[in-house]
Amino acid sequence: MSAIAVSTTINGDDTEFLCQAEETLLDVLRDRLGLTGSKEGCGTGDCGACSVIVDDRLVCSCLVLGAEAEGRRIETIEGMANGEDLHPLQSKFLEHAALQCGVCTPGFLIAARDLLEKNPNPTEEEIRFGLAGNLCRCTGYDKIVRAVQDAARVMKGS
Amino acid sequence: MNFDARYAAQSFKSVGTRPIRPDGVDKVTGRARYGADFNMPGQLVGCILRSPHAHAKIEKIDTSKAEKLKGVKAVITATDLPDLTNGDAAMYDILDNCMARGKALYDGHAVAAVAAIDARTARQALKLIKVRYKVLPHVTDVDEAVKPSAPLVQNDVFTAGVDPRPTKPSNIARRSQYGHGDVDAGFGKADIIVECSYRTEQTHQGYIEPHACVASVNSDGTAELWVCTQGHFVFRQHCAGLLGLDVSKLRVTSSEIGGGFGGKTHVWIEPVALALSRKAGRPVKLVMSREEVFRASGPTSATSIDVRIGARSDGTITAALATLRYSCGPYDGMWAEIGAMTAFACYDLENVRSVGQEVLVNRPKTAAYRAPSAPMAAFAVESAIDELAGKVGMDPVALRIKNAAKEGTRSSYGPVYGPIGIGPTLEAVQKHPHMNAPLGRNQGRGMACGFWFNFGGQTCTDLNIGVDGTVTLAVGTVDVGGSRASLSLVAAEELGIPYEQVKAVIADTSTLGYNDMTDGSRGTFSSSMATISAARNAIAVMKERAARMWDIPVKDVDWEDGHARARGKKHGNLPPLSVKDIAAAAPKTGGPIAGHSELVADGAGVSFATHICDVEIDPETGATKVLRYTVVQDAGKAVHPDYVEGQYQGGAAQGIGWALNEEYIYGEDGRLQNPGFLDYRIPVCSDLPMIDTQILEIPNPNHPYGVRGVGETSIVPPLAAIANAVSNAVGVRMTHIPMSPPRILAALDGKKAG
Repeated sequence: MSAIAVSTTINGDDTEFLCQAEETLLDVLRDRLGLTGSKEGCGTGDCGACSVIVDDRLVCSCLVLGAEAEGRRIETIEGMANGEDLHPLQSKFLEHAALQCGVCTPGFLIAARDLLEKNPNPTEEEIRFGLAGNLCRCTGYDKIVRAVQDAARVMKGS
Repeated sequence: MNFDARYAAQSFKSVGTRPIRPDGVDKVTGRARYGADFNMPGQLVGCILRSPHAHAKIEKIDTSKAEKLKGVKAVITATDLPDLTNGDAAMYDILDNCMARGKALYDGHAVAAVAAIDARTARQALKLIKVRYKVLPHVTDVDEAVKPSAPLVQNDVFTAGVDPRPTKPSNIARRSQYGHGDVDAGFGKADIIVECSYRTEQTHQGYIEPHACVASVNSDGTAELWVCTQGHFVFRQHCAGLLGLDVSKLRVTSSEIGGGFGGKTHVWIEPVALALSRKAGRPVKLVMSREEVFRASGPTSATSIDVRIGARSDGTITAALATLRYSCGPYDGMWAEIGAMTAFACYDLENVRSVGQEVLVNRPKTAAYRAPSAPMAAFAVESAIDELAGKVGMDPVALRIKNAAKEGTRSSYGPVYGPIGIGPTLEAVQKHPHMNAPLGRNQGRGMACGFWFNFGGQTCTDLNIGVDGTVTLAVGTVDVGGSRASLSLVAAEELGIPYEQVKAVIADTSTLGYNDMTDGSRGTFSSSMATISAARNAIAVMKERAARMWDIPVKDVDWEDGHARARGKKHGNLPPLSVKDIAAAAPKTGGPIAGHSELVADGAGVSFATHICDVEIDPETGATKVLRYTVVQDAGKAVHPDYVEGQYQGGAAQGIGWALNEEYIYGEDGRLQNPGFLDYRIPVCSDLPMIDTQILEIPNPNHPYGVRGVGETSIVPPLAAIANAVSNAVGVRMTHIPMSPPRILAALDGKKAG
């Protein structure tokens, strides 16, 4: 079967790739484009480790086909920092020790940024439900919630 | 150089602070490389074919069609992994688990594997492999498996540890026993006896990163393995042994690890990937799917435990007895034995006996899961202790304090305790405001204690001082939760330099001496001991160099606050030399400066915790909400308190999932029905409250800074603490974990009917 040619934008850069029809966006990001920051924890949309933004919408990239990226704007963890300047969420995750193994962290950061963009002033409960699509097995979520709360405070002030 | 590991009280400058971890930026930017994030030139994709049957004879495997498929470069079966174990039964079991030899022993057992040019071709090839099975009767339930009528999982296993040796094979692979005193006499002295049976279901470690590796075997007998593992040196030995490679020619690099919790202390796919690479003559990447992770890696034991405890009317326990049956999967383990050792470890008991039975079942091989075996035993015993408190009419905390083990107590598993934290954690809980907070309707509070041994073991560390005075610390214990930060703090403390001038890395198996795995909460305990030793050796070198720079006797040189200082009035005008000064002069004073350490870290101090939990039950649905949770645990010395708290919180969260929701569900056909995160639901953010922590520091006398392991104990009390809370909320003793909504509704219905 011949491959599909796709033109898209990833983290602001025009990007072209070839993929098979059954390949997921996550497969394409990781295996064809070398963007391995998005992780595959389940492949079934249950863990959120592969979270990316497609046209302002938070999705599990394991549930999106690579071919569906045609003409879209994709944002991944690799584009979250501005050069050497970390996004406030990235800084606060480090300050609050909101990661242990770190494999869920890219997904949490993408989901948390999306949450704060839509709701800059979330309650603890809104943070907990907003991040309920992302599994973390190490932290018990306590320090993640605190990092997001602190980042929200900083982002409002800036 | 002789190293004195004894604790010495001191005030710390670096240890106890909370700096940002050295691997942090890589992990928040997506640059950190985990098991599946690495590739090699010419790499193939590996896939494993797994048994759909719980128990079946493999009569024939026909791989011919798969081999002919374009793009397939290798197909292997057990024949390609010949038995080189030389009578080592434990290694043979590992080999058999990696690739079934003659019989498939559980749903998900590997039977063949392929390597192909891409995933699509590999998947197609799996479908072309024809396996002829003869399905055999199976047993998956731990209580069913011990019945004389149960199908035998292994035909040649006779219960070990009983005298005389049985004449018939059994699914009870081994019996073990611990304790002391005269239990029968002890029960004779009791005014009150409680007795109950408890069950816990099988759970998975649930690390978010599936097992993944890249293997490359060369024609000259050398090989490389990139893998997510808790112990790359152990993986090297196991893989080299199973593949017939020289240990020194297999270089294993541990990737960043996306969670392990014990599940990544065992080899599963790695020998298969190496065998595929050897046959294909190309590197092979092999990554488990989540379904494979559930069906064929982990999990912990399912258990069935009987407990009997007797006490005088003043609450003094006179006798304690437990029989613990733990499922091991199809191979002998030591899971029930560990349960038997830990069951009564919190208490000072005159008469105690615990008996463990390792039970074979047609489920995946049981793997270590954070303080393996202890949470289930603690669930049974701490539930019984609460029952006892109720019967005696004592406050549960007071009854535990009355019977708590202390320094000098002979533990139920043998050794006599040094200074320990069970009493202090109980006293802290007794004083904690959480214990006196008001409770509402349908709400209940529970507390429980937990114990874990903590391990030490073989450890090797290199500390190299760069020409600019900054320090590279190379350790061999895999960092699963922030230990590079802790070990950098320890090096900074010892050398007297800022934390930022130390960079800790995990060395691969070819660049550092052997290290045991990161298991048993040993990582920071053992490697910090080796780091202190290595730093002191480096300081000795720096003192010699300073002496040479000053041209004075080395005995006149002291080390203080990161500087060499010339002692005595005769050298009074010499300004101190910093690490940077000495490092800059190193090329002219004798060359590179380094400190090494190879040691066996003995004396890991035992660890205790006490947890408090508030829950609310919805009587309509049977659902439980955890309202408040408090962890009190002894850390010995918290090197990086953020990551100590993180361990406390993470263990509690895993325990909450285990207590309320997580379980392997098998059908009548012996197949796992919920091998995914949708149906095997681990706690999500909205399921949990904040988890409060209180760190106690009772120094471990066998570590220079007093450090104890902290990683595992936190998962021991939650099952019991939550069961006690739920039992108090519903007014019925809950004896079956998880306390899922159907079980709670059944308990409520039973109460109404009763």
